[in-house]
Amino acid sequence: MTTVLPRSGAETTTTGLLELEGLTKSYGSRRVLDDVSFRVEPGRLTGFVGGNGAGKTTTMRIVLGVLGADGGAVRLGGHDVAAADRRHFGYMPEERGLYPKMRVLEQVAYLARLHGFGKSEATARGEALLTELGLGERLHDTIESLSLGNQQRAQIAAALVHDPEVLILDEPFSGLDPLAVDVVAGVLQARAAQGAAILFSSHQLDVVERLCDDLVIIAGGTIRAAGSREQLRAQHSAPRYELVSDADAGWIRSEPGITVVDFEGGTAVFDAASPEDAQRVLRAALGHGIVHAFTPQHPSLAQIFKEVIQ
Amino acid sequence: MSTATAPNGAALSTGSGILLVAEREIGSKLRSKAFLISTGILLLIALAGVLIGGFMSKNTTETKIAVTAETAQTLHGLPGLAPTEVADATAAERLVRDGTVEAALIPAPGDAAFGYQIVALKEAPKSLQGLLAKTPKVTILEPDTTNPLLRYLVAIGFGVVFLMAASTFGATMAQSVVEEKSTRVVELLLAAIPARVLLAGKVIGNTVLAMAQILLLAAIAVVGLIVTGQNSVLQGLGSPLVWFAVFFLFGFVLLASLFAAAASLVSRQEDIGSTTMPITMLVMAPYILVIIFNDNPVVMTILSYIPFSAPVAMPVRLFVGEAQWWEPLASLVILLAACVAAILVAAKIYENSLLRMGARVKLADALSGR
Repeated sequence: MTTVLPRSGAETTTTGLLELEGLTKSYGSRRVLDDVSFRVEPGRLTGFVGGNGAGKTTTMRIVLGVLGADGGAVRLGGHDVAAADRRHFGYMPEERGLYPKMRVLEQVAYLARLHGFGKSEATARGEALLTELGLGERLHDTIESLSLGNQQRAQIAAALVHDPEVLILDEPFSGLDPLAVDVVAGVLQARAAQGAAILFSSHQLDVVERLCDDLVIIAGGTIRAAGSREQLRAQHSAPRYELVSDADAGWIRSEPGITVVDFEGGTAVFDAASPEDAQRVLRAALGHGIVHAFTPQHPSLAQIFKEVIQ
Repeated sequence: MSTATAPNGAALSTGSGILLVAEREIGSKLRSKAFLISTGILLLIALAGVLIGGFMSKNTTETKIAVTAETAQTLHGLPGLAPTEVADATAAERLVRDGTVEAALIPAPGDAAFGYQIVALKEAPKSLQGLLAKTPKVTILEPDTTNPLLRYLVAIGFGVVFLMAASTFGATMAQSVVEEKSTRVVELLLAAIPARVLLAGKVIGNTVLAMAQILLLAAIAVVGLIVTGQNSVLQGLGSPLVWFAVFFLFGFVLLASLFAAAASLVSRQEDIGSTTMPITMLVMAPYILVIIFNDNPVVMTILSYIPFSAPVAMPVRLFVGEAQWWEPLASLVILLAACVAAILVAAKIYENSLLRMGARVKLADALSGR
């Protein structure tokens, strides 16, 4: 059950690309954003990662038009984003907020109406979406009576109810239990599959790693890395392999072009200067004993992140 | 399931955005039990005030007088007296002593001028003396149009209603602005509609509520006056009541904009007082000044042209008949100009402060947008 109406994928691919170009922003003499440029592609989940105070929230607020930039541009489908475009944006602010005394459905429907839907349609959409997010039983409860996790789900419903083409979510997974993370992740992936461009920030790097197609890393107000997850992995790692064998793997240390990262009995993790060096190690290992595994290792997002922001 | 053909909602016009915000503002207030109960109590107090006032003015308690057959005729046709006829002067005196009557009128053949005398226990009964006294005819050249007590009561009435409604709904306005800020819902709202639309909706919503309360109070006052037969007061009060409503409407828009702007400078409910204090003073000023100076025509004339006190001072002046026909119109023009100026300044402060969380925003920063 979903409220999303079918859209032509081809059409949104050409119209829904969100581009940030050269955004700068200062508060007084403190520069919080410096030449921030990246793309959020329609149909993909883009993870936005950075430490506290790196500029994520400021960037998102500028994209939403809630805050003005000192310089630079935000474009949607090639043209500067105007107020009319922003009606098709969905936003989940970092600091959660809904009217505490308003009922869940009423609240979500109100936001849909502010985005231009008629009363009955807004209510129908709100009800369907809240049910999808697992709040079907709590539609007429006030927000303040919900648990934090359920408030979070209501908040996500508030961002999605008007069926936005562009979704900007600031820490959508914080405060959610693992089951709720899965529910929300499922909803976001479904939206992406329908052609929405989704930018979300998170401190939970494992969740970002699992979910995102593209990745943007920001630190100190500048973009340190941006691109697809695979591309970044390829860029930011020495080729690393894991060897598991019967025999003691100590001999690897003396191989030329090989740096051992971790070693214990028959298991060794090493970086190879070239793929040929790695293959040579594999052949030698077969000579030393039975090889159970020989696996190229991908650096985790956490590793890339640490490397990039240094 | 939706049947709309467009994937997204149609663009929301500024007007419908304002209406939506106003509608939510009114709806959430009407659902608050505290609000409904306090409004109910206010209306009951107003009704009680009008009714008690009516009965008091009618029930001037009658003075009980003991009379004899000879003196009964003397009191015939005099108002406010309840004569009890007794057999003779001794019986009348006994009634005075035991407190059954306040005074007695007994024959006094020796008194050539009156032929009767008053007997009282401790004090001379002045009302009776007055009724029986012979006084020359009096012609007053410039009569007081209204009785001073009534003028005072009307001034207090308008003052209290203005103070109550303006401070109640001004505070509501301030709280609702800070609620949106402190819960950060304002970020979601601003992603959908411009700050000015939000401000306009909130001002209109609260103005509608405040006006509804004022009109209800006015209706109760009118009905109460009719029921208690105080038609003469009603005739004098009709036009000032209408003017009061008109002045209140714009006066409240002015105050509500200022309350919103002041509240937008802070992020927590606890801090509202610090920024709205000057505006609260502005709300209280007309009440206090008009009550103190309600018999001073010069001060009242000045007050009736100052936008903040005009909603109370001008209706009082109209009630006592001191204002020319064009004066409320001139004062209204000044009020409207002040209103427009306040809205412009308030919108600027509001826009620039809404997303600044944490410490109180400095007024200069809010005005310049730094």
